[in-house]
Amino acid sequence: MGIVDWATSPWGRHVPIHIAWFLIWVAAIAGLFFMIVHAIYVRYFAEPEQFAGAVSIELAARVPERVPRHSLAARAFHWLMAASMFTLLFTAFLPRVGVRFDWVAYHWIAGTVLTISVVFHIIHASFWLDFWSIWPDKADLEDALRRVQRFMGRPAPPPRRFAKYPLENKMYHGAITVTGLAVILTGAFMMFRVRTIFFPRNPYLFSDMTWGLMYVLHGLAGVGLIALIMVHVYFAVRPEKLDITKSMIFGSMKREFYLEHYDPQRWPAGVAASSTESGGKGTEI
Amino acid sequence: MAVIHDVMPAFDLYQPSSAGAAQKLLQQYGPDAWVMAGGLDSFDWLKDRIKRPKVLVDLSGIEELKGIRTTGDGIEIGAMTTLTEVVSNPIVREKYGLLAQAAELVASPQIRNQGTLGGNVSQDARCWYYRAGWPCYRAGGNICYADTPTGRNREHAILNAERCVAVHPSDSAPALIALDAKFVISTRDGERVVDAEDYFVGPDIDITRLNILRPDDLLTAIRIPSTWAGAKFYFEKIRDRNVWDFALLNVASAMVVSGGTIERIRLAVNGAAARPLRLKAVEAAVRGQTPSPATGEMAGKLAVKGAIPLQFNAYKIPLMRNLVKRAIGGVEEAKWES
Repeated sequence: MGIVDWATSPWGRHVPIHIAWFLIWVAAIAGLFFMIVHAIYVRYFAEPEQFAGAVSIELAARVPERVPRHSLAARAFHWLMAASMFTLLFTAFLPRVGVRFDWVAYHWIAGTVLTISVVFHIIHASFWLDFWSIWPDKADLEDALRRVQRFMGRPAPPPRRFAKYPLENKMYHGAITVTGLAVILTGAFMMFRVRTIFFPRNPYLFSDMTWGLMYVLHGLAGVGLIALIMVHVYFAVRPEKLDITKSMIFGSMKREFYLEHYDPQRWPAGVAASSTESGGKGTEI
Repeated sequence: MAVIHDVMPAFDLYQPSSAGAAQKLLQQYGPDAWVMAGGLDSFDWLKDRIKRPKVLVDLSGIEELKGIRTTGDGIEIGAMTTLTEVVSNPIVREKYGLLAQAAELVASPQIRNQGTLGGNVSQDARCWYYRAGWPCYRAGGNICYADTPTGRNREHAILNAERCVAVHPSDSAPALIALDAKFVISTRDGERVVDAEDYFVGPDIDITRLNILRPDDLLTAIRIPSTWAGAKFYFEKIRDRNVWDFALLNVASAMVVSGGTIERIRLAVNGAAARPLRLKAVEAAVRGQTPSPATGEMAGKLAVKGAIPLQFNAYKIPLMRNLVKRAIGGVEEAKWES
């Protein structure tokens, strides 16, 4: 039993046609397994979070009651992408597990919405947001090493407070970027195989082998997204992460949560600059 | 690729003597089991070695699935009743002549002697790319070989195509839809009765099947209510040769005319899509109208609304338009005005 289903093309070639559908269950079980293991670990074994140093009283005094985190445009993108992603997953995989409905049109429409929203996000993040804030930096790697060492019981200083996004967020964003772009790029070509409003059907665009590999990549990234989104929703509803989740709804987070987990030096969001430091101008958040 | 062999691949043959025993076998073996009625569809698949079931459940020995019985409200035809029996049955001929006409036009006398009504409505698609064993959508692959710029698609769908463009091959199916028949299905949860039009599914819902039967379901009977007994019927089948051929298109209608206007009508076509289509919009449009050539012309135009021809089957659009026109306006007024 392989992870890819193969067939013989009319020209006698052995070509892949799609992933083996049991991978849907593999991904779902893997996601569930991760959630159970993580929940047990946090409940019974995890040590309380410890961070190096402390935020100065002077700096803390300048943090407002609500710390702005996500702009309206960023939140709109997130929820639009979430809606399209859920639609894509349900329309792709429910028919595979026996729920019959007319899924193809909904699937390519949701894929189009996802593609447009991702293009918007790339442009928005590149020119209007701090592009590099979501990518791991040297401090993230050093702190990750510290955390691993402390987890293993070896002596290491506590990690620093986070920048805007903890390393886990950054890694998740990286995984979503890879899988998301894989389904978008392959999905855009696969739309040539069905009737849409965008372009005429052209099944001869690629060879059977290339098409087959495209379907396999689309499927692998798709089932990967099942596990990734399960884990994402799980973290979103965990009690200790609820402030982050709420900030994706309301745009800001509580001052106490910010001061407890984030380093104002690395993420100076909402910290009003004193007149001596910034020459009287407010700090852009 | 299909290769005809002298012998079929090995399978375990079960010949149950009751519907209950057949149902149990289907539950036991699930997708590994193949249900055989008259064998006219099954033997093609098996001899071509494209379908390789582990178990074959032959229904030919189940007497309770055979025969035509009158009921309180119409008749019940066992799924294993042969088409010849359907054609020759006096009640069918007298009251439900539409079905007799349709069944009589199926293939050849020899095939009608062996083929069953249940098998005729449950047979698989006849697209040759699919039947040749190529890995098309319907076979679980990712392409429709017929719906390509050079695909041979003269016999394929003009309506409701969704990736796969195969059509449903049954002649009796549109007649049963027009007669408002009910299909009786034995399932693991008990008996289920569905309207004839709901028995069939298109590729938009399930691209690998033509009907709603799950692997452990068994079609046991078809009930025809008396609602349309003795109505004005019309059935016409267009095919390349006059015997032993599948329909390019067929049309079936049951109409009750009162005071010179159409009081009630049910109209269905097959060969236009992957499922027999009941033309509800046309029915609604002609209800209350006189069954005249003008009404037929209007109905014909409405019937083909939304049709999308493939490379080689554009002829099906005027063909379907004319068939619907003839079903409503009569054969003698077949001349198309526009």
